[in-house]
Amino acid sequence: MTASVIAAGASSASWQAFRRHRAATAGAAALAVMLLFCLLWPLVSPHAYDAQDLTRQLEPPSPEHPCGTDLAGRDLLVRIAHGGRMSLLVGLVATLVSLLIGVTWGAIAGYAGGRLDHLMMRIVDLLYSLPFMFFVILLVTYFGRSLVLLFIALGAVQWLTMSRIVRGQVLSLKSQPFVEAARALGASSPAILFRHIVPNLLGPVIVYATLTVPSVMLEEAFLSFLGLGVSPPQTSWGLLTAEGAAAISILRTNWWLVVFPGAALSTTLFALNYLGDGLRDALDPRRARER
Amino acid sequence: MIVYALRRLLGLLPLLVVVLFLAFVFMRTAPGGPFDSERNLSPQIEEALRARYHLDEPVLKQFARYLGDLAHGDLGPSFRYRNRSVGEIIRETAPISLALGLLSIAFALVFGIAAGVVSAARANTGWDHLAMGAAMAGICIPNFVLGPLLVLVFALVLRILPPAGWGSPAHLILPAITLGALRAASIARLTRGSLLEALGEDAIRTARAKGLSERVVVLRHALKLAILPVVSYLGPATAATLSGSVVVERIFLVPGLGTFFVQSALNRDYTVAMGTVLFYSTLLMLLNLAVDLAYRTLDPRVELQ
Repeated sequence: MTASVIAAGASSASWQAFRRHRAATAGAAALAVMLLFCLLWPLVSPHAYDAQDLTRQLEPPSPEHPCGTDLAGRDLLVRIAHGGRMSLLVGLVATLVSLLIGVTWGAIAGYAGGRLDHLMMRIVDLLYSLPFMFFVILLVTYFGRSLVLLFIALGAVQWLTMSRIVRGQVLSLKSQPFVEAARALGASSPAILFRHIVPNLLGPVIVYATLTVPSVMLEEAFLSFLGLGVSPPQTSWGLLTAEGAAAISILRTNWWLVVFPGAALSTTLFALNYLGDGLRDALDPRRARER
Repeated sequence: MIVYALRRLLGLLPLLVVVLFLAFVFMRTAPGGPFDSERNLSPQIEEALRARYHLDEPVLKQFARYLGDLAHGDLGPSFRYRNRSVGEIIRETAPISLALGLLSIAFALVFGIAAGVVSAARANTGWDHLAMGAAMAGICIPNFVLGPLLVLVFALVLRILPPAGWGSPAHLILPAITLGALRAASIARLTRGSLLEALGEDAIRTARAKGLSERVVVLRHALKLAILPVVSYLGPATAATLSGSVVVERIFLVPGLGTFFVQSALNRDYTVAMGTVLFYSTLLMLLNLAVDLAYRTLDPRVELQ
């Protein structure tokens, strides 16, 4: 209940702040367009994402194939839409995984305080200093390539910053009067933590989650580029870019194979980053004043 | 200070052993083995090969053996590259990766700090928007997109730089830019933020009140305060540069260590994979420690424990 009261008081002001942030509104619009394109285009396109036409390999953009065709004569535009579904799905699910781990970890550390807090944050520091590549590559070699593994591995890498943010917030929230009131009414520690404190973290958590999606998408693309992520015949923007980069040669540039998937990925990352910046300004009054 | 540094250095050793142990167990218990790709290997010969490399022993015993060899500086032979030892492979390829990594971080520092200072000193002007727009582009255009694009433009269309390969200084330029772009962008954003904050501090107001020129105030006084977050960013930045170099080495066909790591893990070339894990983790931990020490030297407010 506390959460909804505070949220209601702040929401109209936040919404106005967000609307004033032009880059953020543009980001939200671009993201919506990209989402619709990825979801709907494969349904209406005359080409299937995996339909090969070996008589029409590596054709430059034309009215029939607006983004050209790839090495197997497949229509690149529909492959970009189809790959975008995968990239966005991985981005969303892995972010949810990181959210779950990060919020729980940070909330418990911040609320418990003392030695447990110290230990848990030392572990976070320690994990920060390990190269994520080893972890994921070893996981992939161990379990083989799978989508579920990709979700968990990328989420498991991304929760560290989230846990730090949440811990800091919990530390300052746990001495607030409404927490004392809940305790006086006999609420148990887990109830106080997850029913009263965590809902109040929503602002910073949403902001950081928005900024986590692009970095997860980047990492998925990075792994797919190395051949460790999404496996064919499925595709993603990272895999498409990798295929494009491999098709570049001195004799034939085949530029469309890199430029279009790369543009789709970068546009989405731009949109998400600006959206995150806008949300931060809208939901964090301290930062908004600095501007 | 020296005592503190030594103590931290000793503290890294158990951490390194834990990292090695996890990597070792992961790799040895993963399905498949180093001899899978050899065709027509009779069971007897494979048995003999496994016994020859002690692969038939329990994992813990193998790990103890590995640590023992390691203490003598022996990283073992490669299963895949029969005529080379792991030590040789690392000695040949690591300097290449290091040169590329250092150059890219130098590039990132120079361009990132310059862009950050300009946009903070001219906050909310066209310069600021230009610099921050470029920084956002650096963050949103990943290295595996930027790399091929740079090759397209500079090597295939303009034909002023080599598209790939290694050997001359010209071969370094595109990979270093590709690898450093993201770091430059992050450093620019970081510098702008902390410089703006520093410019609001009392010490800076005093410096201005003394009648110092804006240039001196920003570059001498405020930047000294603002540089700390950049220094502490260098730790994670080097980690990211290490993993980024894997992609960049592949795009530009640079014969560095990064390519070996991915390939050896996939080939189950245990000793090479372990060697690269050891090398990268040690490097990373030492760099993190160095950054930490530099931070403590620069910021008198941080107490040594």
